Amino acid sequence: MTAPARALTGVLREFGALFSMALDVVVGVFRRPVRVREVVQQFWFIASVSILPAALVSIPFGAVITLQLGSLTAQIGADSFNGAASVLAVIQQASPIVTTLVVAGAGGSAICADLGSRTIREEIDAMRVLGVSPVHRLVVPRVVAAMAVAALLNGMVSVVGVCGGYVFNVVVQDGTPGAFLSSFSALAQLPDLWVGELKALVFGFLAGLVAAYRGLNPRGGPKGVGDVVNQSVVITFLLLFFVNFVISVVYLRIVPAKGA
Amino acid sequence: MGVEVVVEGLGKSFGTQAIWRDVTLTLPAGEVSVLLGPSGTGKSVFLKCLIGLLRPERGRVLINGVDLCTCAERDTYEIRKLFGVLFQDGALFGSMSVYDNIAFPLREHTRKSEKEVNRIVMSKVDMVGMLGAERKLPGEISGGMRKRAGLARALVLDPSIILCDEPDSGLDPVRTALLSQLLIDLNAQLDATILIVTHNITVARTVPDNLGMLFRRELVLFGPRELLLTSDVPVVAQLLNGRKNGPIGMSEERDTAEDPALPPEDPDNVRGIVPQLEPTPGLPRRDAVRRRKLRLMQSLHTLPTPARQAVLTTMTPTDLDDYDTWRRRTSAIPIATRKTTTPTTRVEEPAPRSRWWSKR
Repeated sequence: MTAPARALTGVLREFGALFSMALDVVVGVFRRPVRVREVVQQFWFIASVSILPAALVSIPFGAVITLQLGSLTAQIGADSFNGAASVLAVIQQASPIVTTLVVAGAGGSAICADLGSRTIREEIDAMRVLGVSPVHRLVVPRVVAAMAVAALLNGMVSVVGVCGGYVFNVVVQDGTPGAFLSSFSALAQLPDLWVGELKALVFGFLAGLVAAYRGLNPRGGPKGVGDVVNQSVVITFLLLFFVNFVISVVYLRIVPAKGA
Repeated sequence: MGVEVVVEGLGKSFGTQAIWRDVTLTLPAGEVSVLLGPSGTGKSVFLKCLIGLLRPERGRVLINGVDLCTCAERDTYEIRKLFGVLFQDGALFGSMSVYDNIAFPLREHTRKSEKEVNRIVMSKVDMVGMLGAERKLPGEISGGMRKRAGLARALVLDPSIILCDEPDSGLDPVRTALLSQLLIDLNAQLDATILIVTHNITVARTVPDNLGMLFRRELVLFGPRELLLTSDVPVVAQLLNGRKNGPIGMSEERDTAEDPALPPEDPDNVRGIVPQLEPTPGLPRRDAVRRRKLRLMQSLHTLPTPARQAVLTTMTPTDLDDYDTWRRRTSAIPIATRKTTTPTTRVEEPAPRSRWWSKR
């Protein structure tokens, strides 16, 4: 086999293993015993490291969108739709992505480092030998926790992002508060909120899954753990934007935009 | 009573590099075996294949008639409950206290009440001499204690097979001797099959009933301790004496198969059989010793002369009586069909699994 062919099969094998673990996790979610304690602990951990960064990132994110749109809408005389555009962009796109970047960056990297160091200390092997599946015992609770945190955080980030946009629009750009608020439902509709939440759930699943998968397969000692943490964040980001693209396209096909 | 472990033609490689191939051995039920080998000969890999953590490319590992190399993952987890494994560093869960570590298998696999868990855990803690340290975290105790705690955790489910990966690494000779004694005592109490992987000569000479040696990607020898301790095979003799002259060199790659000319009068030569460790007085006698003697008497003719003599010197009149009874019982069977080894349970050849993705 030539070198490129070997590299290709290597990549495919990695993705295959990732997918098979994804299936294991999905099956594991419904298998007893349910690890409530572990889920709660992980949920608490991921939430505690993600809430503040997510809020801090979402304020400027919402603000930038409003500022950009504000100058654009002012030029074409559509200032009154400022709020509508801001809500649409934040809820549908910005919020799930910001949420997951933070969940993957703060929570996922910690999960990956934790599982990675456990693997090189042979703790994972010991667990397998004791007849306990590490996927069921460790990975499933982490993935469930990451999904829950992402879904809930998504709501908070949406609110904070829209508020940030509101403040900047009203204070910096002299927008009309009433127009900003009343145009909320001009373009946005309820399914936008649902798809935002769905995205957050899927992204949370991906973040937890990739972190756990990379963490369970480090190569060669402590240095390997550092490498897989790095890789897990990069892979999650790549997957994230790709999956976001797919979901957005499918969504826009299925649910027509308001007024269209 | 322990479980017999049969390994047939096992071969494992990482990529193109073969670790060892065609390893065939049987760990007799309830006996203590030691697998020796210079560093880097894949002893730990062998252990991992034995528990199904690594899948060897060739061969079978049969436990209770189930091939661990090809069975489904669910069966693997079931079979692993028979095992207690002591990892090199204890492999305790760093986030749990020693007590919770030892209680972990009980809480996962049994529905015992906390009170009962407590009773079992404390008895194991006492057994490995760690009373008073059970509330500490693994990071707060010494390497030797971690190892003993790991042993206690391996023991809570009353395993039929105990595997130890280098129980002596990082321990001083006294602690190593105490741990060896503990393993022998355990064997006397539980009658579990024990396999110790090590390169410690003292452990290899005093602890096991059976010895084996891995070298240069093969199993050089596996058999009763008398066979290896009196062996003339250059590698075996070199390792068991810890000499620097011989086929084993500094680096694994340069190990040769032939014996460089040895000074005939080597002052370090301590070949010979040292007495085996006995269980601590007060504990029951090891039943494995009696079974092994009977087994050895039955296959005595297959051993080389020095080993045969060594075996015969250990026999007591009772052992010979045992053997006589066995002979009288089996002599009714015509010689041609009589088996010379203990009849082991025959394992049915599993039907070849059809795999749609691989051409046979």
